Amino acid sequence: MKRLTLPLDKEEILSLNAGDSVLLSGTVYTARDCAHKRIFELLDANMPLPFPLKDAFIYYAGPCPAPEGKACGSCGPTTSARMNSFAPRLLHLGLGGMIGKGEMSDDVVDAIAKNGAVYFAAIGGAGAIYGNAVQSTECVAFPDLLSEAVHKMTVKDFPLVVAIDANGKSIYQK
Amino acid sequence: MRTVDTQEISNCIYRLARRAGTTLTGACRSAMQTAAIKEEGAAQFALSTLLENEEVARRESMPVCQDTGMSVVLIELGQEVFLTGAPLKEAVDDGVRRAYHDGNFRKSICDPLTRVNTGDNTPSHLHVDVVEGDRIYITFLPKGFGSENMSRLYMLTPAQGRAGIVDCIVQTVRLAGSRPCPPVYVGVGIGGAFDSCAFLAKKALTRDVGSRNQREDVASIEEEALEKINALQIGAQGFGGKVTALGVSCEIAPTHIAGLPVAVNIQCHCVRCEKEVL
Repeated sequence: MKRLTLPLDKEEILSLNAGDSVLLSGTVYTARDCAHKRIFELLDANMPLPFPLKDAFIYYAGPCPAPEGKACGSCGPTTSARMNSFAPRLLHLGLGGMIGKGEMSDDVVDAIAKNGAVYFAAIGGAGAIYGNAVQSTECVAFPDLLSEAVHKMTVKDFPLVVAIDANGKSIYQK
Repeated sequence: MRTVDTQEISNCIYRLARRAGTTLTGACRSAMQTAAIKEEGAAQFALSTLLENEEVARRESMPVCQDTGMSVVLIELGQEVFLTGAPLKEAVDDGVRRAYHDGNFRKSICDPLTRVNTGDNTPSHLHVDVVEGDRIYITFLPKGFGSENMSRLYMLTPAQGRAGIVDCIVQTVRLAGSRPCPPVYVGVGIGGAFDSCAFLAKKALTRDVGSRNQREDVASIEEEALEKINALQIGAQGFGGKVTALGVSCEIAPTHIAGLPVAVNIQCHCVRCEKEVL
């Protein structure tokens, strides 16, 4: 299986094809519905963001609390389609891509293709495997959102499938 | 008359919640193993990852899925039981609160408008039926919302009949696509009223995956719907494949002469449901 380390350069992203299985390592930022809403409020107000968007990867996830001796509790992906209205603007601002589960809208597919980005599908429900693959976490914004806060995570060998590639090809049937 | 302190019920909820959050039901695990054998490519990769994930979760007492759900609690309370101690609802919520804290489960319950999290996964979604005898039958179903969001309620006309019911079930799964973490388990309520029909669908999900309704005409709806759902080829995680649903369970209740309510409650492949009798 192909091993990738974040950040990915444009050539690496372009070499990925929908359906490929990969093991991804590096830094990702978690954000779900509420965190996206707040990031958009910051963008609208021209305020600084909790993390630089350029080439960053957002993981649509809200982890369980970390048990003693672990960096993170169970931490699988949430349904990406709820972020359909948020993803295109972030991609146009330079976001490298997203990790989540399930199909995304045509607008998102277009924005991925236009910006040479990529959308990885994590295996929904495999919370324990993903949680154990998280090496460190740090809450970088919106701690009041608890599990929905933005966490900066270092991950090692996340098992993923390329779901929408930089050519706009999708693994999901229409 | 038998006297039961609600602390016993609270402790039972605690046990069931801890177990449910960290294991799949045996019937679900078998159905997933069977599905993994049938698939190839990305769907096979997804299913084998999920089976490995369950082993890790059980071994390390970790939540199988980070969405440890809304705590659905069904209690069938024998009418010869006299309850003492804290009010039943408080006792149940106390069991949930302790289990979600000690198990490092995610707290996923919030105000629908302010979105402020209650911080302890309460209130639970408690449903109590009074039944004969002096026993207490307790079922704990942690219900994830990626799949709950894809559920639907239809108010059909009587003329739409059996064919209409099958169409509703298949359409709900088709429209859900890859979003609810397929292969799904489909709970269906047929009959009752607007509210009780939806509850029947939820109750259907507490049946074992692969079980059949005892009424032959209902079981035949389960079978036909499952076959048509699997012909959709959505597959595990929406990656395409033969197994889009692990099972369809229908529960039925008398309805009004003017109506035919059908509720379709989607459950992801992560079927977690624990039961105990006190």
